[in-house]
Amino acid sequence: MNLLDIFKRRGSAPVARERLQLLLAYERRSRNQPDLVSVLREEIMAVIARHVQVDQDFLQVSMDHGETTSRLEIDIQIPNKVAMPMAAAF
Amino acid sequence: MGKVVVVTSGKGGVGKTTSTAALGAAVAKTGKRVALVDFDVGLRNLDLIMGAERRVVFDIVNVIQGTAKLSQALIRDKRLETLFLLPASQTRDKDALTEEGVADVIDKLRSVFDYVFCDSPAGIERGAQLAMRFADEAVIVTNPEVSSVRDSDRIIGLLDSRTMKAEQGESIAKHVLVTRYDAARAARGEMLSIDDVLEILSTPLLGIIPESQDVLRASNVGAPVTLSENTNPAARAYIDAARRLEGEDLPVILPFERRGLLDRLLGRRAA
Repeated sequence: MNLLDIFKRRGSAPVARERLQLLLAYERRSRNQPDLVSVLREEIMAVIARHVQVDQDFLQVSMDHGETTSRLEIDIQIPNKVAMPMAAAF
Repeated sequence: MGKVVVVTSGKGGVGKTTSTAALGAAVAKTGKRVALVDFDVGLRNLDLIMGAERRVVFDIVNVIQGTAKLSQALIRDKRLETLFLLPASQTRDKDALTEEGVADVIDKLRSVFDYVFCDSPAGIERGAQLAMRFADEAVIVTNPEVSSVRDSDRIIGLLDSRTMKAEQGESIAKHVLVTRYDAARAARGEMLSIDDVLEILSTPLLGIIPESQDVLRASNVGAPVTLSENTNPAARAYIDAARRLEGEDLPVILPFERRGLLDRLLGRRAA
């Protein structure tokens, strides 16, 4: 360690402040729309269930928050063997 | 109509109960009628901090369930005749509190007392939400440390969305009370500064309570620090915070490190 580093060394408080500011900016954003993902999940599930029988576990809905935009990812797996029960009824 | 103040924090161990007792006693000493309500059902401690642990007969759950009258459950402080305690139940679980029951108790207290301080349990679950539900004002107890500040931010979010006032479109008055402030560590840049905390939480400051042995001593003997050690810096800081809570415009003075020459030479910290 350079001898000058001893004098230059600052406390850890600035690091704490920076980490907190970043984290809380993210947490506050997701707090404003707390259940958006689960609401979307339920509604998407309801729409699909009208036509195809899908297990809850095969539907993945997630939201990634970026700097200016957010990405909504919906991944639905439909088993090939499952017939369309509703369509068959008509 | 009295004012209902919730003392909350999210994080445990930051000094909610100590601060409830100290602020309540400081306000009661000015002649105002004050009730302290412990919402920490199952883990009550306000009775112990107030030195009333052997006088508890009935508690808030008894009152809500109708097995005791409010006047029977309220314990009058032995030192101040305007200070009362409504203890939490130690044997029930936290689901024993109902929203209607709490509303009724708070309403009755509000009509008799000038101030009702609600000591919230830690966390963000039912007990904490009921403690803040009917509050007019909130004291958010925060240590200058990352996890405490993060949890305070979360609690501020709940105060702005889950309280009766927030739901009616009004806003609840919020104040940050920084406790366990260590002037020496702050000076060395090892602890979040008061400005950092206030900037991050964007909430006005009620007071800064310096880290002090006297606070521990006060809880050891079961007396609020504002009554038992009222000349020491922590007690004075609580008394000033209580005056600000009552609306007085007092400047907040940053605690400074008090060290003698010998301490400085030996690099010792002040107690």
